[in-house]
Order: sequence, then C-alpha cells, then structure tokens
Amino acid sequence: MPAKIFLGALITIVAIAALLLLLVIVGGIIAGLLAPLIGSVPVSYNFRSLRARWSSSVVAILGIAGTVGVFVAMLSLAHGFRATLVASGSADNALVMRAGSTSEMMGGITLDSIRVMQDKPGVARDANGAPLVTQEVVGVIPLPLIRTGSDANVQVRGVSSNVLQIRKFVKLERGRMFTPGLNEIVVGKNAASTYQGLTLGNTINFGGGHWRVVGIFDAGGSAFDSEVWCDQRILNQVLQRPPNVFQSATVHLTSPAAFQQFKDAVTSDPSLNLEVQREVDYYANQSSTMTRLITVLGGLVALIMAIGAVFGALNTMYSAVSERGREIATMRALGFSSWSVILSFLFESLLISLLAGILGCLAVLPLNGWTTSTMNFQTFSNLAFAFKVTFDLLLAGVAFALIMGVLGGILPALRAATRPVAVALREL
Amino acid sequence: MVSVDGGKSGSLIQVRELDKTYRRGNEDIHVLQGLNLDVDQGDFVAFMGPSGSGKTTMLNLLGGLDVPTRGSVTVAGDEITHMSRGKLTEWRARHVGFIFQMYNLIPVLTAFQNVELPLLLTKLSKAERRKHVEAALAIVGLADRMHHFPRQLSGGQEQRVAIARAIVADPTFLLCDEPTGDLDRKSADEVMELLRRLVDEYGKTVLMVTHDPVVARIAKQTLHMEKGVLVEAGARQEVVSGGAS
Repeated sequence: MPAKIFLGALITIVAIAALLLLLVIVGGIIAGLLAPLIGSVPVSYNFRSLRARWSSSVVAILGIAGTVGVFVAMLSLAHGFRATLVASGSADNALVMRAGSTSEMMGGITLDSIRVMQDKPGVARDANGAPLVTQEVVGVIPLPLIRTGSDANVQVRGVSSNVLQIRKFVKLERGRMFTPGLNEIVVGKNAASTYQGLTLGNTINFGGGHWRVVGIFDAGGSAFDSEVWCDQRILNQVLQRPPNVFQSATVHLTSPAAFQQFKDAVTSDPSLNLEVQREVDYYANQSSTMTRLITVLGGLVALIMAIGAVFGALNTMYSAVSERGREIATMRALGFSSWSVILSFLFESLLISLLAGILGCLAVLPLNGWTTSTMNFQTFSNLAFAFKVTFDLLLAGVAFALIMGVLGGILPALRAATRPVAVALREL
Repeated sequence: MVSVDGGKSGSLIQVRELDKTYRRGNEDIHVLQGLNLDVDQGDFVAFMGPSGSGKTTMLNLLGGLDVPTRGSVTVAGDEITHMSRGKLTEWRARHVGFIFQMYNLIPVLTAFQNVELPLLLTKLSKAERRKHVEAALAIVGLADRMHHFPRQLSGGQEQRVAIARAIVADPTFLLCDEPTGDLDRKSADEVMELLRRLVDEYGKTVLMVTHDPVVARIAKQTLHMEKGVLVEAGARQEVVSGGAS
C-alpha cells in the first residue's frame, strides 16, 4: 500500500511538473514573441546585441539549426514511408484476404472463393462485363543492389492481366505489359533504378527460369514502384504454390461508397472465410510499424541533440547576460521593470531559435523527394520511398526550435531580471 | 540648504536615521549608521570621503536601487523605503536621473536611442519623444552627434550623453556617482560646468559623490562622510579651505 501511495504521489508530482513546464514553454513563447508589442526595451537593442556578439550567436544558431534539421529529416522520412504505402491503396479498391491474415504474405484464397466473391454487389466490371478483380501471388526474390552489389529482397507480385484497370494510377512508362502465360516481367521505376539487371530488354533469372523485362511502370511513388510484376499463374508455378490458391485479391469497386455493401456481402456469406478491407487502410496499417520505429528513433536522436542545443542556447544567453550585466542593471536603474528585461531576453533567445529553425528547415528542404529504401518488415522486401518535407513538418521544426529557444532563454532572462541592480552596476 | 541634523521639515529629500548593514560571513558590516539628511529643491550637494565610507551606498539608497536596514528616505512626499520592488522601479523612472562614473551607455544604441530610453517608459508619442531627446542633447551640446554610437564619442561626450539621458524625462533630482572619475581635467570641467548650468539655469537638484576636491568645489555644498556617518558639512569655501580628503 505505501508503494502505491508513493507511486501515486510521484505520478502527481511528475504531472504537475510537466504541466508547469508546458505553461512555461507556451507562455514563454507567446510572451517572448509579443515582446516588441508589450515590452519596453526596444527590439533594436536585441537585434544589435546579437550582431555585436555574432560569434556566440552563430554557434547557438548552428546548434539549434542542426537539431531542427535532424528532427524534420526524421519526421519527413517517417512521413515519406507512410505516404508511400498509403499511396499504394485506392479508395475504390478493396483488398480481400483469408480471414485472420495480417498481411498478403500470410493469405490464402482459393479460386472458388474468388469466383463467389466477384459476383457480390459493388464489384465494378469492364466494358465486356467481366469483374475487375486481380487475384495475386506475392513472393520475394534476391537481386543485387546497384549501389552496393549486395543482394536485397525484391517483392515480386503475380497479377492478373487486367491489373492496370484496377490500379488505375499505375502507368506503363516504357515498353509494354507482360504477355499472359510468358516469362515476362514489368518493373516498377524505383526497382529498375535500385537493382542490377532490371533494365528494359534485359533478362534475369529467378525461380529456375529466365525472365525478360518488357516494361517499366510508374506507380506514382507508391510501394508498387519497388515491385516486379508478372503473370500470377506463372509465378504460382515458379514458387511452387498450390494451384488455384492466391494470397490476395484486389477488387475494384463501383465507387468508394460501395465498399460497405461489398464487405457486408462477403463477410455475411457463410461459404466464404474472407476478410475485406479498404486497400488504403491495409497499406496504412502496414506502414505503422516502420513509421513508429522511425519516429521514435528519430525523436530520440532529436531529443538528445535538443538537450545539447538547449545547453548551447543557455550558454549563449548566460554569456549575454554576463557580458551585459551592467547594461541590464543600467536599464533597470533607469526604470525598466524586471518583466521588461525578461521579455527582452526571451525575445532575443527566441530570435536566435527562430533564425535557427528557419535555417534548419531550409537545410532539409533539398531532401524533399530524395529516394531511399529500407526493409518493409511486413513483406520482408526492400521498399523505396522518398523524403516528404511538408509545410506541417516545417512548422513543427520551427516550433521545436522555439521550444529550445524558450528553454535556453528563460533561466538567463530570470537571472538578468533578478540580480541586485546596485551589485550589477559595479561590474566592469 | 542642506542639513544633516534631521531637524528640518518640508525639504525635497528627507533622510532619517538611515542604517545599512551588510553581512559578510559571521560579521556585520555597518556601512551607514543613523544618517540624517535634508536636501532642498535646487541644491547641488557633493559627498566626499574615503573609499568604503558609504557614499555610493547612500546614493543607491537615495536612488531606490537598494533598501536600507533601518530608517527612511522620503522624496517629494513619497516614502520610498517601504515601496515594493515594482513600485520602486516606477518611482525611479519618474523621479531619479542617474549619472554613472563609467557613463553606462548602451553600446549598441546611438546617442539618440540612449537618451530616448527613459522616455520609452512614458506615454509620450514618438514625435514628442524625439522633441525631448533633441532638446536634451542640445542642452549638453551634442545635437550634432545624436546618431553616433558611444564608441564614436570621446569620454567627455559619452558622459554628456549620459547627462542628457538623466535629464530627458525631467526627474525630481539627479544622482551622480563620480561623474568625472573617468575623464581628463578638461572633459571633467566641461561636465561639471554642465551640471552647474542644470542647477543654476534649470533648477535641478543634484547629489554627487566624488573624490575630487576640484570637482566638489563646483557644488554649492559639500558633505563629508566617514565610516558611514556624515561628519562635516559646509559651504563651498569651507570645503576648499578645509581640504577635504
């Protein structure tokens, strides 16, 4: 019981401390930024003081800018990863897998089930009245990376020949679609630029066969850009999977609104043991683990750097207070209040951090669109994705910089405002 | 006329039984002991005395920069020793003009901006502030240097800018702590002449701490301080003949 009371008290104290810290940060940022309006000390004093002490100002700016750069880069990496996977789904497509499967790799749907499912309401049809369904088989094959020469897993997807009518955002950039029944592959543009041998007209070997690259497709920056597609029947044989069993089926719906009707029809059919989800939700879920990992790891790195940057800002502002002890005392002797002095120093600290935040954001802007790749733990294949530096992330970066600024400025500002004037006036 | 016996009433500045004690380790250091002082409007008083005699401490107490251990300071009817820190800050802005030995100008601001500082605490408009600053700089003879930074001015000019800053808000009295202590004789003479004009022509009240008997001679009266006690008072001639230390 005493342990519980102790834990409760500890949690309460931590919560109160966190609340106070939040108040200091928010209040400090608001008050500091409003200093030119509500403070008495002229802001030209701050601008010119920064310029006069340019070397220490530059050090503090670079420290915070570096931290902001890492922070925004990590977030844009996570954002890019998530965006890549989310872009892989369409709102008017439904992904069907065996009930209980958490990914396509674990799925298994029979051809009979697909035939029943494709007659359900909500399924779109082509001009000939054929249902727009692609039954798919997925696997991974090792291919050497262009950059390092070492092997990495590439996701190979066996698809139906009507796949481009279902995934309408996928466009053939060069060459042509594979011919059903032949050992031909079409390659996503990121896969083509990442792995050796995936050039148009080239032949590669996998699964005991020779495969000719007949087309390069652009899947709009989605995960499919990292894949190799071929005829699902051929791939099924190559991977020695049971005949007429697929891992997933993607259904093009008559409209996004038709999803619920289709889902209800499938899941209420006792002859089908299938799970239906929006394609976009499936890929969003797939991205969550890696997104969380990048965000947490990136956040940790940024946090450690932020602590260093806050100390840098603290050092700069403390030395500013120390160097200008007599100036501050003179102002206070003239009648400037402690509050004015606090506002003035907070403003100066926020000015440093704002400049640093903007600099850090500008530094990571060139990363926008830069493609990198990592292992997708859901499919065990390599996934290429691009950094996405969005306006929101840039705002978050500037806000992060301001938080560092207020934390680095508040204590020196308090020191400047509370030092006995008579003592400070005697300083040389 | 200045009085140190504490019996006078109706003067501008009244100091009664003022004590200031600092504690250093286990030892109490009595810097000021039972100080009484009366200063009238338009007085120009010099305080002399050896280092550590309590002159600057007294100036700090009169200017509301420090609080006494005991006693009271009343200026123009305001008893300042019991004011809160915030009130005291406001009071200083309204009533006291400070002139320091090292001028204490803000190095990153121009002469104009330095002089304008006390006016930023008033409700004057920008145009009115400009008018006041130009007038103050004209009084000290530096109207043509208003856009210069302190580093571009001589020591004497810096001190004159500081004097302009001290008078710009028309304070009740001026406190000068060794105003010529860092100046050559010629500049010191110019500064003292300026202070004398402020008293004679503008009716200002000036209290000045100095080590320099030549400077003290410019004041109307000189008080001598020793070990925290005002021990001597006299008119200008007496001080000169008495050879204050």
